[in-house]
Amino acid sequence: MIVTRSLTKRYGRITAVNEVDLDVREGDRYGLLGPNGSGKTTLVRMILGLVYATAGEIEVLGRPIPKHTGEVLREVGALVEGPGAYGHLSGRANLVLLDAAGPGGGGPRAARRRRVEEALERVGLSGVDDRAVKTYSLGMRQRLGLAAALLHEPRLLVLDEPTNGLDPQGIREVRDLLEELNANGTTIFLCSHLLGEVEQLCTRVGVMDGGRLVLEEEMDELRTPTGRIVVETPDADEVVALLDGGVEHRDGDRLLVRGADAAELNARLNRQGLRISEIQVQRRSLEDVVLEATGPGSDRLDKERLERERVELEHTGVQVDGARVVEAGADADGWQGASREFLE
Amino acid sequence: MIRTELAKLVRRPRTWVSLILLCGLPAIVAVFLGITEVAPAPGEGPTFLSAVLSNGSLYPAAALAMVLPLFLPVSVAVVGGDSIAGEAGSGMLRYLLLRPVGRTRLLVAKLVSLTAYVMLAVVAVAVTSYLIGMAMFGSEPASALAGSELITSVSGTGLSDVQVMLRITYTVLYIGFSMLGVGALALFISTFTDSPLAAALGALAALVTSQVLVTLDAAASVQPYLLTRYWLAWVDFFRDPILWHDIGRGLALQAVYVGVLLAAAWANFQTRDVTS
Repeated sequence: MIVTRSLTKRYGRITAVNEVDLDVREGDRYGLLGPNGSGKTTLVRMILGLVYATAGEIEVLGRPIPKHTGEVLREVGALVEGPGAYGHLSGRANLVLLDAAGPGGGGPRAARRRRVEEALERVGLSGVDDRAVKTYSLGMRQRLGLAAALLHEPRLLVLDEPTNGLDPQGIREVRDLLEELNANGTTIFLCSHLLGEVEQLCTRVGVMDGGRLVLEEEMDELRTPTGRIVVETPDADEVVALLDGGVEHRDGDRLLVRGADAAELNARLNRQGLRISEIQVQRRSLEDVVLEATGPGSDRLDKERLERERVELEHTGVQVDGARVVEAGADADGWQGASREFLE
Repeated sequence: MIRTELAKLVRRPRTWVSLILLCGLPAIVAVFLGITEVAPAPGEGPTFLSAVLSNGSLYPAAALAMVLPLFLPVSVAVVGGDSIAGEAGSGMLRYLLLRPVGRTRLLVAKLVSLTAYVMLAVVAVAVTSYLIGMAMFGSEPASALAGSELITSVSGTGLSDVQVMLRITYTVLYIGFSMLGVGALALFISTFTDSPLAAALGALAALVTSQVLVTLDAAASVQPYLLTRYWLAWVDFFRDPILWHDIGRGLALQAVYVGVLLAAAWANFQTRDVTS
């Protein structure tokens, strides 16, 4: 659905997006993660033809951007960096204007009205009255923005921070809505810095850092077992004695045991008559993977770090991030992340 | 797209407030003149004002002369400056382009709606001031030619009612076209910035510069090319016969300004990164 090749965008001396090869496939629920300022939004804007690339190619729905932007966008719904609306008009009037402005906005009045009402209903705003948008809460505006993206039943939804400003209930509703749309064949490309959002919704993950795509993988493959099993047992002392050194960490009744096969461990403890209240294979969390793959966000400006990075860049080129990808997949740093999660 | 732009213009409270203000100034002046009957001496004060006391049908010309130097260009610059920058400011520019609305189409729609506003403003001033002029001053024949049915032209000869109406219509069109130059300038700046205020002020700054240079003898060499150089040429419509020379030059100059600025606006908007 979305393919980019060596996509690069420079603003003067700053490289916002650097040689990105993105691949979003039909039917994906793709989550693009990355710290603030890592180039996510610029990438999204280039994909949608709002910003022109300095170098590289973009293909969306099989057609090149920006050459065929007009055709492609007819089948794309988008929410980019917060919703936009005319503050002095009502939400409904905003949608009617937006609907009428573009192609396919014509047709009989009844059809136009129905489109708008359907979109409002989908995002839970069907009961909205004639209040002006400037009186809306952030969550209502966000819902309105989503409604605008859904107006013309897009094949591809590009959403930048779609749950921004929503309460937990609203976030849940949006997630359900996106899952339903995806089940009906809509590909979803979602941009977020909220790990939980991506972890719960997405089937595929890309991670950006410093303008580069440092990781792109299936969610299932990312969440590999760490080679440890978490056991919660009232007989912790006996278990520690039995496994003798196999326990890597203990926190009250919670034990972190080396080993890959939870069933086998379960059976072994059972044979000794030890009680188990909870047992499961420990998996790498998305948070670990992302933190390993990325540096601090660009909104953090430590003097020493900037200095160090400048030196690194001068000596080694920008290969630093490339090396991190390998680390992310390997298990070398696994323990650090695993123990932290364990202690939590 | 053009239809939705016009709908936006009509539904925007600002449009109507600015029109009321535009029509309000001549109305206030008319009320003062009508009550006190103290007219400025001929040759002083705004053009035509000395002549309207006896005949209200010339009042639209006087009213346009009043709003032309400042009120009219300011309101046109505000609307023009808002066209692209205002959309960017409200965050709607990206959603319009994503809808998708082609960039050229968006610009054309903005231009049409701007033109509609300009003509609406000029016609509104002319019509309301005609009505107020008739109400306050009546349509007595001009004193200079007492006994005749004619109204005095600037040249001193008489003009019939039909001639006056026709010439006021010419004036409305000429001033409307002159304002398009300001509008195009504001639209052009509007494609560079995300702040409608900056675009409007930029256009006004250019306007003030032009108006200062027009009165400066030392700038005589550039005067024929200044945006506001021929704005006052509409007075020539009220000469007998009409003096076409400056009017023609004024129209040609405005056409060049509008053409060049719109082309530049299009080129810039077409190639620009939309980051708002």
